[in-house]
Amino acid sequence: MRSSAASKAVKIRRANQADLPTIMALDERVTRVPKTEYWRDLFERFSQRKQGRAIFIADIAGRVVGFAIGEVRAWEFGSPPCGWIFGFDVDPEFRERGIGSLLFEALTSFFRSCGVSTVRTMLRRDDNLIMSFFRSQGLRAGPFIQLERNIEE
Amino acid sequence: MRLQKATRFALYAVLELASRSQGHVSAAEIATKYGISLNHLAKVLRTLGRSRLVEASRGVGGGYRFVANPKRTTLLRIIQLFENIDPISAGERQPGDSTEAGLTLKSVLEEIEDTARATLSSISLDTMIKMTRRQAERRAKGTDQRQPATLAQ
Repeated sequence: MRSSAASKAVKIRRANQADLPTIMALDERVTRVPKTEYWRDLFERFSQRKQGRAIFIADIAGRVVGFAIGEVRAWEFGSPPCGWIFGFDVDPEFRERGIGSLLFEALTSFFRSCGVSTVRTMLRRDDNLIMSFFRSQGLRAGPFIQLERNIEE
Repeated sequence: MRLQKATRFALYAVLELASRSQGHVSAAEIATKYGISLNHLAKVLRTLGRSRLVEASRGVGGGYRFVANPKRTTLLRIIQLFENIDPISAGERQPGDSTEAGLTLKSVLEEIEDTARATLSSISLDTMIKMTRRQAERRAKGTDQRQPATLAQ
């Protein structure tokens, strides 16, 4: 199933509690790091249906093949409200079929409905695959820069 | 960051050719559009041809066409055909390099280079074409405040 056919078969919907195990499994398969506590805590916070938070799922015939997670954050680092994408993945078997674009569109439409006009994310500089994806969606370097240091030195 | 003339001409040429997938485009047409030397552009196109990015056809209706995958061809790949952007650590050693100040300066310059390399390797020609179209739309709507810079070869 290639691009357009796959896109037609994909249903983008809000996640529910029953999706948690499949999202956790997909994330673990891609990142090779199990994060059970992180995902449970995130689902618990997001299930409170607080405004400005959303998890979207890409579903093909009942199979979860991707997810996008975001929330509106305000005044962190002095930034006016904007939509943050902080979880995003598509099953490697289903990539390059437009599913990531559909998830991105769903999340940005959601952010727009929340009244924000900017979407932001943070990536590893050497993660060329995901960086290229977000570039293809029109994201550019923003006005903030991330700094860090090792505090054990 | 300044790019050499040949590199900029090559980027203009591949963007023009990749954005016009139907038919061939003459070197003269590209040279006229970007206000660049036809002789210099011809040399650049030969290099692009040897790298199997463009193909030439002779005769009436002939010209050049882009034959690689625009989604898989990054700005970094084109730039590296024309100039060396190896990390500073790969260059020849300079006086003072091994001093504490020299090592610190090198680490700062590497930080800048890493960001530049990540940017250039994450932007495909396909993404550049989309960005160029958006830029044209903004200019047509009068929402782009930037003035085009004076052309300099």
